[in-house]
Amino acid sequence: MKRDTSFPLLLLAPALALTSALVLFPAAQTVWMSLHDFVLFRPKSRPFVGLANYIKALQDPVFWEGLLTSVIWVVVAVGLQFLLGLAAALLLNRSFAWRGLARALIVVPWALPSVIIGLIWTWMLDFNLGLINELGVRLGLLVHPVAWLSEPGTAFAAVILAVVWQGFPFFAVTLLAGLQAIPGELYEAASLDGAGAMSKFRHVTLPGIAAVITTALLLRMIWVANSLDLILVMTGGGPGTATQTLPLHAFLTAWSGGNYGQGSALAVILTFLLLGIVIAYLVRSRRA
Amino acid sequence: MSRKRLRKLFGTEVPVLAILMFALLPWGWMVLSSFRSDADLTQTPLHLLPDTLTLANHIELLARTSFAENLRDSLIVAAGAVVLGLGLSLPAAYAFSRFRFPGRNALLINFLAINMFLVVMLILPLFVLFRQLGLLDTYLSLIAGHATFTLPFAIWLMTSYVDGIPVDLDHAAAIDGATRWQVMRLVILPLTMPGLVAVGIYLFIASWNEYLFALMLAGQHVRTVTVALQSFIGENQIQWGLLMAGGTLVALPATILFLLTQGRLAGGLTGGAVKG
Repeated sequence: MKRDTSFPLLLLAPALALTSALVLFPAAQTVWMSLHDFVLFRPKSRPFVGLANYIKALQDPVFWEGLLTSVIWVVVAVGLQFLLGLAAALLLNRSFAWRGLARALIVVPWALPSVIIGLIWTWMLDFNLGLINELGVRLGLLVHPVAWLSEPGTAFAAVILAVVWQGFPFFAVTLLAGLQAIPGELYEAASLDGAGAMSKFRHVTLPGIAAVITTALLLRMIWVANSLDLILVMTGGGPGTATQTLPLHAFLTAWSGGNYGQGSALAVILTFLLLGIVIAYLVRSRRA
Repeated sequence: MSRKRLRKLFGTEVPVLAILMFALLPWGWMVLSSFRSDADLTQTPLHLLPDTLTLANHIELLARTSFAENLRDSLIVAAGAVVLGLGLSLPAAYAFSRFRFPGRNALLINFLAINMFLVVMLILPLFVLFRQLGLLDTYLSLIAGHATFTLPFAIWLMTSYVDGIPVDLDHAAAIDGATRWQVMRLVILPLTMPGLVAVGIYLFIASWNEYLFALMLAGQHVRTVTVALQSFIGENQIQWGLLMAGGTLVALPATILFLLTQGRLAGGLTGGAVKG
């Protein structure tokens, strides 16, 4: 390895300059906006208000509802994505004739834009013309068609279903790559020691992919916690505020309400919440 | 059938088939719906299989709406994101992979941490900034917006690709009298070509699929396909056939490109992340 400072920094300069201009500077500006009464279409008067935006955000019951919605959204969605992805990875790690084809096709949902995924599921869940109501009634699973996206409970379940569909291939593909990196000798040695299938899974497979699981869960958690386009397309946060996660709440406060100060305060609170969770998660997984 | 064969069939192949059905059925339903006439789609009770297949939705979409222009806008923005991302991430990856300098780890982590910023946290000030600069609703604003999340990821992926090229090759070239720039151009560049292709495809898809930046930083003169499709819903009468045709067309390039590179991309993703 070469020890040199000026040449690598020269190579890094363009990337650093661009990210400073497009990420670090705007992030700092968000903090600045959050401390001001910043309403977009009132450019003349933007007084400094200290922490008023934060206090107002925390006193708003919508914030706490949104926090609860976000927690359920992240835990349930990432949990289900992980379990389904793990099952798929374990199955695809076995040998059968059309394994290559199956491995290629399983990534299709992951490649689609969130907007299209929102459209597909809105169409499938449509009250009159949707496939799900039709099949449900025909197979006797539903007594009558359900307006899935109009009821708070079913609307939340529907957006979670859509995001699980979108995200489980990510786990399937990354965990499969981890499984394939486990040396076959470990399984042979375990067999010689008389280990059964369950015991092999616990003592060889799981430790073998632990690092990949940690990384994949972390990346996905951050992504799901931040993502709001799927919900925006399918329900817009509704009915009422049933599917309004915190990022969506922040976005709508700024975008529809024009209140950038308030929206920025929410974004800053969220960033610190997420940062805290990520650090706690990293510390715990490093210890384990 | 032997017992072993039966066990494989019901223990492996049937469950895999069930998961694949779950993965592909919604997508297949969209594609099928796009080839059905509106009359066929809206009759009650619903027919699961089409009476006839038609290209009417696709033709109407491309001929009578602005969708062809939206496709062009998406293409330009995604191409810009690829050029910008590759052009900046390759030198950065080379620096991270081949040099040890003060602040290296901090910078590397910085590029990972950037991914954690909420889109909302960046999108509001970028909107205000581009508005002041008069750049709102241009290709430039959107390409720059997409760089906020494509560039950090491209740097991480590229670094793990360059790490995979033996340093001995650099040394050998240096002994032969190559300058640093020649090493980069003649040794690293050709050997990272597969990596560049894979990262390029990732950048293209990430930009092509993006919605929120495209909605806020552009949307009128520059309107990408995701924003256009979503705006069709807002119109008083939803034409599902038209929407599904749009979805099928938009999903096509990403699906094909993704299938071509999925193995490489997943490998790079975990490889780079686990190595830290």
